[in-house]
Amino acid sequence: MGQKKALLIDISLCVGCNACQAACKAENHLPEGDEKTLSLSAFTALSEHDGLFVRAMCQHCDIPTCVSACPVAALEKRADGPVLYSADKCIGCRYCMQACPFHIPRYEWKSTRPGIKKCILCAPRLEKGLPTACSEACPTGATKFGDRNELLIEATNRITADSGKYVPKIYGKNDVGGTSVLYISPVPFEKLGFDTRLGQEPMPILTMNALSKVPNVVGVGSVMLAGIWWITNRREDVAREEGSNKQDSNHKNRG
Amino acid sequence: MKTFKFPRITFWGVVATTLIVLGVGAAIARFTLGLGATTNLSDEFPWGLWIGFDFLGIGLAAAGFTIVAAVHLFHAKDYEPIVRPAILTAFIGYLLVVLVLVIDLGRPDHFWHPLVMWNPHSVMFEITWCVILYTTVLSAEFAPIVLEKFNLHTPIKWIHSVSLPLMILGVLLSTLHQSSFGSLYLIVPNRLNPLWYTPLLPILFFISCIASGVSMVILETLILSRKGRTLLPPELRANLAKITAVALAVYLVVRFQDMFTRGTVAELKHLTYHSLAFWFEIIVGFVVPLVLLLSNRIRHSRRGLYVTTIMVLAGFAANRMNVAVTGLEKYPTHTYFPSLLEVLIMTGIAAIGFTAFTLIARYLPIFPDVAPPEPDQHPFSSLSPAIEGD
Repeated sequence: MGQKKALLIDISLCVGCNACQAACKAENHLPEGDEKTLSLSAFTALSEHDGLFVRAMCQHCDIPTCVSACPVAALEKRADGPVLYSADKCIGCRYCMQACPFHIPRYEWKSTRPGIKKCILCAPRLEKGLPTACSEACPTGATKFGDRNELLIEATNRITADSGKYVPKIYGKNDVGGTSVLYISPVPFEKLGFDTRLGQEPMPILTMNALSKVPNVVGVGSVMLAGIWWITNRREDVAREEGSNKQDSNHKNRG
Repeated sequence: MKTFKFPRITFWGVVATTLIVLGVGAAIARFTLGLGATTNLSDEFPWGLWIGFDFLGIGLAAAGFTIVAAVHLFHAKDYEPIVRPAILTAFIGYLLVVLVLVIDLGRPDHFWHPLVMWNPHSVMFEITWCVILYTTVLSAEFAPIVLEKFNLHTPIKWIHSVSLPLMILGVLLSTLHQSSFGSLYLIVPNRLNPLWYTPLLPILFFISCIASGVSMVILETLILSRKGRTLLPPELRANLAKITAVALAVYLVVRFQDMFTRGTVAELKHLTYHSLAFWFEIIVGFVVPLVLLLSNRIRHSRRGLYVTTIMVLAGFAANRMNVAVTGLEKYPTHTYFPSLLEVLIMTGIAAIGFTAFTLIARYLPIFPDVAPPEPDQHPFSSLSPAIEGD
């Protein structure tokens, strides 16, 4: 599998030609057509914000929310980057869709055996040592494929080389714990529809904080409940032994 | 009692039958046409009415573990007569929730996958296991009632021999599982409205389920105590109302303390779609019933308890629906309203629940079999009646 791969998307270089989407559709055998939002037939889509184009796609998080949410481990993160889905395991609970901070998975609502669809970072191509279809198709180099570490260095270089051209942030470097899709932008990310309030902590930590208390609840709880049972039971036994008559117990003052 | 009577045609019988027939029809449509054609669920709202209904059903079923804990673990023996109705409520509640979940799943044919494909990091995984295990515990707690009917005393003895660990397990599973429903939403801090999102969601879900579970028991004793039969003396019923009041008070303190410390209380400054939903839930379901239950007269009045418990349950339902649906809406652009078929499936399943309760209560020994309002002899225990009788 080798190094963790990633995409570096330079928003200042994107001209909105949509070659990435066309290549993606061809690679994944999806129906052709110009689509502006993610759908079952578009795993990536360009949206325009004041003359700048932003590519939406699965961010392939390092510690993916969807992977932690899935009750049957139908989603998995591969060491070389892609977050993959297996429909054979999926029970269709849609918790991944609810949980994904980037709102990526699309559901086959029309099917009677539905699953989700999303970008798989061209995992089969990566195995052959090829870059993703979208990066290969990009005529301006706005989407660049490579090792994540190297792309981070390159992104930093581009930002520092021309101070003022970019805002000093690599979106995806640390957001939700880091992703395999990195963005640099000439304008603040909030203005391009990015959610910049997600924080640097991986989302799965939020539920793990609660889940990690489960063993404690079980351990302490069972001892406590058994203890309470023992004490109340003992109290009854003692009361009975002492020969106090039945009317004394608790609140038997009903008329 | 023992003679078989041909079922009479009653108003509620007709209503229930209609709802069940409509619900079954809607379920057939859902399975043949798929979720997209029959529901208003979408990529924006992958979860809707049914998840809210699950939360509600599980919350009402909290009656089961609270009463079992009170009577059998804490030895509040006076409440013995309501153990069986509470277990029955919980058992039916859980079975119905499982039914709704299976209907809600995109791949109901894969429902068994969590048993063999594990992901302990998933809240959904924990919930699935808790539901399965607790439904098993409930069937073991319910089994003696059926066995007793058919005079099978040996299996009852077996169950009785493990009843203590079984009951402790049941209480623990309920605790985990009631709170896990809140944990589900810990992962959407960016999407759930701050009026509902808090790291304390699991704790708030647990506290409120005690209020709703006990309210459900009170409501049941009120309804079932009508025809000249007193299920629970008014004094004990008033005590249950006190427990509800305490749970409501604790809930309000925790919820508002959290909102003040985290600053989310600022969301209430303006009257919005969300703040209206919030105030409805808090005032109807928590503040007003709490104030009413502080009065000794209301705690002893049938009408007072009817009103307060129904308010608690309505507020509880509003709270769960707000977390599951309203809190995720972005008014007015991203909203969700259930489709007719979603509603019909839900009402159909609710009708199945009420019908099942009524029929089981009629044919199995759920209530102390003494018609006069003074049950003098020791009422039978839920788990070991046959043995004590020996």
